[in-house]
Amino acid sequence: MTSTPKTLFEKVWEAHVVKQDEGAPAILYIDAHLIHEVTSPQAFNMLRERGLRVRRPDRTFATMDHAIPTRPEPPEKWPKDARLQVDTLRRNCEEFGVTLWDIEGPTQGIVHVVGPEMGITHPGSTIVCGDSHTSTHGAFGALAFGIGTSEVGHVLATQTLLQHKPKTFAINVEGELGPGVTAKDIILAIIAKNGVAGGRGYVFEYRGSAIQKLDMAGRMTICNMSIEGGARAGMIAPDETTFAWLKGRPYAPSGDAWDKAVAYWRTLATDEGAMFDKELTITADELVPMVTYGVNPGQGVPITGRVPTLDALEDPGQRRDLLAALEYMGLKEGQPMEGQPIDIVFIGSCTNSRIEDLRMAAQVVKGRKVADGVQALVVPGSKNVKAQAEAEGLDRIFMEAGFEWRNAGCSMCLAMNDDKAGPGQYVASTSNRNFRGRQGPGARTFLMSPLMAAAAAIHGRIIDVRDIL
Amino acid sequence: MKPFTTIYATAAPLRAENVDTDQIIPARYLTAVTRDGMGKGLFAAWRYLPDGRPNPEFVLNLPQYAHAEILISGKNFGSGSSREHAVWALTDYGFRAVIAPNFADIFYNNALKNGLLPIPLSESTVNMLMDMVEEDPSVRIRIDLPGQTVTLPDGQQYAFQIDPYRKQCLIQGLDDLGYLLANLDAIQAYERAWGK
Ligand code: SF4
Repeated sequence: MTSTPKTLFEKVWEAHVVKQDEGAPAILYIDAHLIHEVTSPQAFNMLRERGLRVRRPDRTFATMDHAIPTRPEPPEKWPKDARLQVDTLRRNCEEFGVTLWDIEGPTQGIVHVVGPEMGITHPGSTIVCGDSHTSTHGAFGALAFGIGTSEVGHVLATQTLLQHKPKTFAINVEGELGPGVTAKDIILAIIAKNGVAGGRGYVFEYRGSAIQKLDMAGRMTICNMSIEGGARAGMIAPDETTFAWLKGRPYAPSGDAWDKAVAYWRTLATDEGAMFDKELTITADELVPMVTYGVNPGQGVPITGRVPTLDALEDPGQRRDLLAALEYMGLKEGQPMEGQPIDIVFIGSCTNSRIEDLRMAAQVVKGRKVADGVQALVVPGSKNVKAQAEAEGLDRIFMEAGFEWRNAGCSMCLAMNDDKAGPGQYVASTSNRNFRGRQGPGARTFLMSPLMAAAAAIHGRIIDVRDIL
Repeated sequence: MKPFTTIYATAAPLRAENVDTDQIIPARYLTAVTRDGMGKGLFAAWRYLPDGRPNPEFVLNLPQYAHAEILISGKNFGSGSSREHAVWALTDYGFRAVIAPNFADIFYNNALKNGLLPIPLSESTVNMLMDMVEEDPSVRIRIDLPGQTVTLPDGQQYAFQIDPYRKQCLIQGLDDLGYLLANLDAIQAYERAWGK
């Protein structure tokens, strides 16, 4: 008997449908639920109002990342609002029996850095969090996506969600990346090509030889920005790289359970002949470092390129977008990206704050100095990343060059705390969103890889990192 | 959740595409631990001048749009973060419906869970509606959810899509939780079968 070939997504989806009534979305079982201080308080309130408990506290994990300061300050000095959110999360976790990676403890960090690090993120599992970059966990072959706070409440109360089945979209990245070209450049190129809404209604599966060659950090960088490409989730089939990375982590299976798990995980890859609803192919060899010029992540060009001109765009909507972007960013149409001055460099966020990212940046920074007048910060993704970096001496490389070395958190990725850029300031950022005001009111963001951001710090302007490697 | 059946209201045109959640409500307004009062952060960067006074040029600050309950905007409305605060800000401000050519997935779901009706209409229709309410802000538009139509004063009618389950939830003001709780047996059976 031959069964119909299935995609990775379909296999994971089908293994989690509890029930589907005629005319209703599927009830989807959630294996792991991650929560943080900003999008959970109202959900806990909802449980209280209805007299409900957290149904599976053993599948619920909390951390603090968005609002907390990254300067080493005692909580008395924090802004009142951040303290209130942190205290509220503590109280909620205590009352409902949820594991909390507290800022006072050793494992706190950005939710999408800590989850995998702790071994919570398993291939073939379903993972949600009240945060759109939950797509990050798809790097392990999990179906992982962001949800709103009402849904956080639903998962807390029932460990399930109502979901419509998305369509599938294969993104094939074939070939070999050149020196100085990274996972971040792959995903920025994909979004520049496919648009910020190109993945709406789909789950991406990133495939092909260039994806298989990436380490887990690179795969996470790519899946992280699936949401910037309009897809709620992005997945990569688990393989030996995935298993080796997970083995021995605190919440990874061990002993016989590990062998059984790996045997199952090996069956998850998309079957030969399975059909996707849509496909796109990118040649890795043609990619160069990417940088955004505009106010959405799709407004990106190769570093060797220029800001587009209005005549080059046919669609009036795109033209209006470009005009608005030029005005906000203070750029001219047709200007080269290379040489553009910057004021701040931010190396961090759930896109690029893992140890591998910091190693890349340190390799560029080593023995050099941050340009005069540039503020540069490195914000590790978790306390574990920070400790590892310090053990390797990366902190000294950064600090000797003139970088600030901060505590783990979201920081200037979303500017909820006082890590903000000022109005009109230019930020070379390794984060994922260049929306207007994302990094502070009036702040102007250029998204790029850790290598490119490090190079920008040294030169005080955007350069092609390949020239100094 | 406030049930939604029909509304008959004026509309404000927000001429922009890819209006992201950081525009709808910037992160610095996400510091509350309740849902209340989010309306003050709605479109903060556009609505207020740097010194905090209202920006007289922003569409929602024009007196003729002060009571609009319908927002009309461009493609890919609500892209970006999962923050439900974006929807709470719109509803707290007084909006009941958003018309756009299409919506980002998470925003669309969040809206339906809070009684805010996202209405996808073709780009040409949306553009026509924007022109119309820019020319005459007093135009009232009828939105009929049971009939899935948007009707203009001249009787011109446009049908819109919504899935039947979501539609019923909105009309009755029900959220998903009741439905999920009614299925606890099935959830337990699943957990047993899969060893979870
Ligand atoms: S680092 Fe940025 S994108 Fe990632 S979870 Fe934090 S705020 Fe969101």
